[in-house]
Amino acid sequence: MMPDLSSLCRKGLEALYPDKVKITVGRATCGRASGAEEVYQALLAEVKERGLDCTVATTGCLGFCQEEPLVCVQFPGKPRYVYSRVRPELVKEIIVGVINQNMPRKRLLGKVFEDEVLITGEKVKMDDRSGDRSLAENPFYLPQVKVATRNCGYIDPGSIAEYVARGGYLALQKALAQTPEEIIQEVLESGLRGRGGGGFPTGKKWDFARKSPGGVKYVICNADEGDPGAYMDRSILEGDPHTVLEGMTIGGYAIGAHTGIIYCRAEYPLAVATLREAIKQAEENGFLGDDIFGSGFSFRIEIVEGRGAFVCGEETALIASIEGKMGEPSPRPPFPAERGLWGKPTNINNVETWANIPPIIMKGGKWFAGMGTENSKGTKVFALVGDIKNNGLVEVPMGTTLRQIIYDIGGGTGVFDFKAVQTGGPSGGCIPASLIDLPVDYEELTKAGAIMGSGGMVVMNEHACMVDVARFFITFTQDESCGKCLPCREGTRQMLELLNKICAGKAEMPDLELLENLALAIKDAALCGLGQTAPSPVLSTLKYFREEYEAHIREKFCPSGVCRELFELTIAEEACRGCGRCAEVCPQQAITGQRKQPYRLDQDRCIRCRACLNTCRHKAIKVVPPRR
Amino acid sequence: MNVTEIEEIIARHQEVDGRVSGILGDIQKKYRYLPEEALRLVSKKLGIPLTQLYGVATFYAAFSLSPKGEHLISVCHGTACHIRGAVQLSEILEKKLQIKEGETTKDGKFTLEAVRCLGCCSLAPVISIDGKTFGRLKPEDIPGVIAGWKERDNCDA
Ligand SMILES: Cc1cc2nc3c(=O)[nH]c(=O)nc-3n(C[C@H](O)[C@H](O)[C@H](O)COP(=O)(O)O)c2cc1C
Repeated sequence: MMPDLSSLCRKGLEALYPDKVKITVGRATCGRASGAEEVYQALLAEVKERGLDCTVATTGCLGFCQEEPLVCVQFPGKPRYVYSRVRPELVKEIIVGVINQNMPRKRLLGKVFEDEVLITGEKVKMDDRSGDRSLAENPFYLPQVKVATRNCGYIDPGSIAEYVARGGYLALQKALAQTPEEIIQEVLESGLRGRGGGGFPTGKKWDFARKSPGGVKYVICNADEGDPGAYMDRSILEGDPHTVLEGMTIGGYAIGAHTGIIYCRAEYPLAVATLREAIKQAEENGFLGDDIFGSGFSFRIEIVEGRGAFVCGEETALIASIEGKMGEPSPRPPFPAERGLWGKPTNINNVETWANIPPIIMKGGKWFAGMGTENSKGTKVFALVGDIKNNGLVEVPMGTTLRQIIYDIGGGTGVFDFKAVQTGGPSGGCIPASLIDLPVDYEELTKAGAIMGSGGMVVMNEHACMVDVARFFITFTQDESCGKCLPCREGTRQMLELLNKICAGKAEMPDLELLENLALAIKDAALCGLGQTAPSPVLSTLKYFREEYEAHIREKFCPSGVCRELFELTIAEEACRGCGRCAEVCPQQAITGQRKQPYRLDQDRCIRCRACLNTCRHKAIKVVPPRR
Repeated sequence: MNVTEIEEIIARHQEVDGRVSGILGDIQKKYRYLPEEALRLVSKKLGIPLTQLYGVATFYAAFSLSPKGEHLISVCHGTACHIRGAVQLSEILEKKLQIKEGETTKDGKFTLEAVRCLGCCSLAPVISIDGKTFGRLKPEDIPGVIAGWKERDNCDA
């Protein structure tokens, strides 16, 4: 069937901007974990009980996860109110506000005065601004430029019509009227590089796959997102699934494939369900299937669920996994573009890479290349998490500095000092506070000893121990090593033993040298990316935080207060204001005292759980070497 | 285990790509583990060596060869959760349930497992019980969360 873009668009606009009050709840996984379902049910119940004529709808995640659950209220022709941290109690006040047309000010994060449709450049004005806080000017949103996440939080992920109303599937229509070579040229010109970690130019990869001989080819969407501390892909899949389907269909046409497979990790059940529904609607409306837009091109998309193995994010392991085997990587070449799934030419891209394709096709490669730095074009989505005030998903142009991301957008680390930021997960490294003005792009991060990776940015304050962080990642890779090659299987085990020794205060200085040499050897000798990059967390922390390793070894002291055997906590009398909050959180009743007087900590009862350390706003709890 | 049930599951997965994973996934969901007889049956029906299936069954974290508990508690040990106190949550859960991570309580009610990353890093530290995620947890919240889940269970029964 021929897709009917204009009637879908009309339907979508009616749903996005109905002529009655519309209330939406961000119901992606992070919203749900903050109580969005209770809020959604409470809204439905209130509306029903009062017999209100208004719509209660669902969206994905607006990115500001710290402030979830987020609820938007939109009167016809008026600005949209965005409320944060909504609880069922606030729902009542919101509903009363709707009835009286006088909305509460409590927890009002900001107002939206205008929606911009990236793909078409159209603007939907909702009202003149009336001196109110604009959401767009909130420091969290101000520096952001949304390309891959342009629809997340704006549309109902279960409605193909709303996707179309925001310019969806126009790029597919345009692409199918062009030659595959023209499309590849556009992607090459955009300078888009893979967002899954490697950063390989996407256009080049497509070109290889197109030129590989063979009648049957595949495209795959890598939605394994195994990097701990990252959830950009989940958010896109849950908030805007069609952009991935549209990108894959365009990619399939460009390289000559008729089957697309999305390999999605099993820990993301909502993403899988959202994708299934999106595929169904795309098929029903003729965006997937035979003879799409009358072009003669046929394309179908299937979902394969991962089963919890990090290494399956690596492309050759992922292919083995789809084929029903153990997810063990194999040496490249041959690259998947030559010999991939079932031995056929296969093109694999990451979720965020695919999500960038429709805007590139519609607005042109040059437009995309106009953002970013010399060798890193466009925008990148980061999961800004850890010890940071504003947790969330942020999309910024490449080249934005760490300072802008961590302080301007993220709001800093509060009373505790910023110590390091970890990027690139188990393959990445820790960047110290001294490099805060580093522009974030592929080259600069690599130069600093970390990598871009998939976009996880875990911020750490002075209470994070860098040796413990290195140990955390080596525990991870040790566990996830598939065991096929010796350097990775045995090498990571030896590194872990050394790190355990250091964290337990049992290491000697030569162990440090051994650790470093071992790390360098594994880097050179491992079979796949997992093993080759596994030493990075060790090498980068050794580079910037060597003195912390040495304190563990020479002084048997963990200065950050993480490694249990290597520190004690005390209360500095001169800093203590006697507020008593430490005593309240102490599970051992180890802290005693009287209000307004310095409190005391009984070493014999303390289990060093750090509850007090993280609670004291006056930094009166001190980490000191243990008495022996 | 029931032969017809397994045959039904196999019949449901006709596609080529991801067939093995889909079938084993459904069996795991239904029985909370992969019974040996089920693996033998799948091997015979699909013409795939049992050794390959055994390899797959032991390679992936989502499959297990012994029954998991009725309720699955997953403690996220992603990076953000780690630095925000996941270790402390695990410790209190182990104490409360009197099992170690990876084990199942004697009454078969709860399995406690450590997972890589649930993708809710902004709410760290998080745990999930039967797929429902609880975020921004402190060790002292744990008893309430578990009690709440047990209560829910009694209501369902
Ligand atoms: C150990 C390991 C894990 C990986 N995990 C992922 C992942 O979870 N998601 C992803 O998109 N790419 C992952 N990759 C990168 C893929 O191998 C591949 O480069 C990528 O999917 C290509 O897509 P892109 O060019 O769009 O980035 C991983 C690589 C390695 C070595």
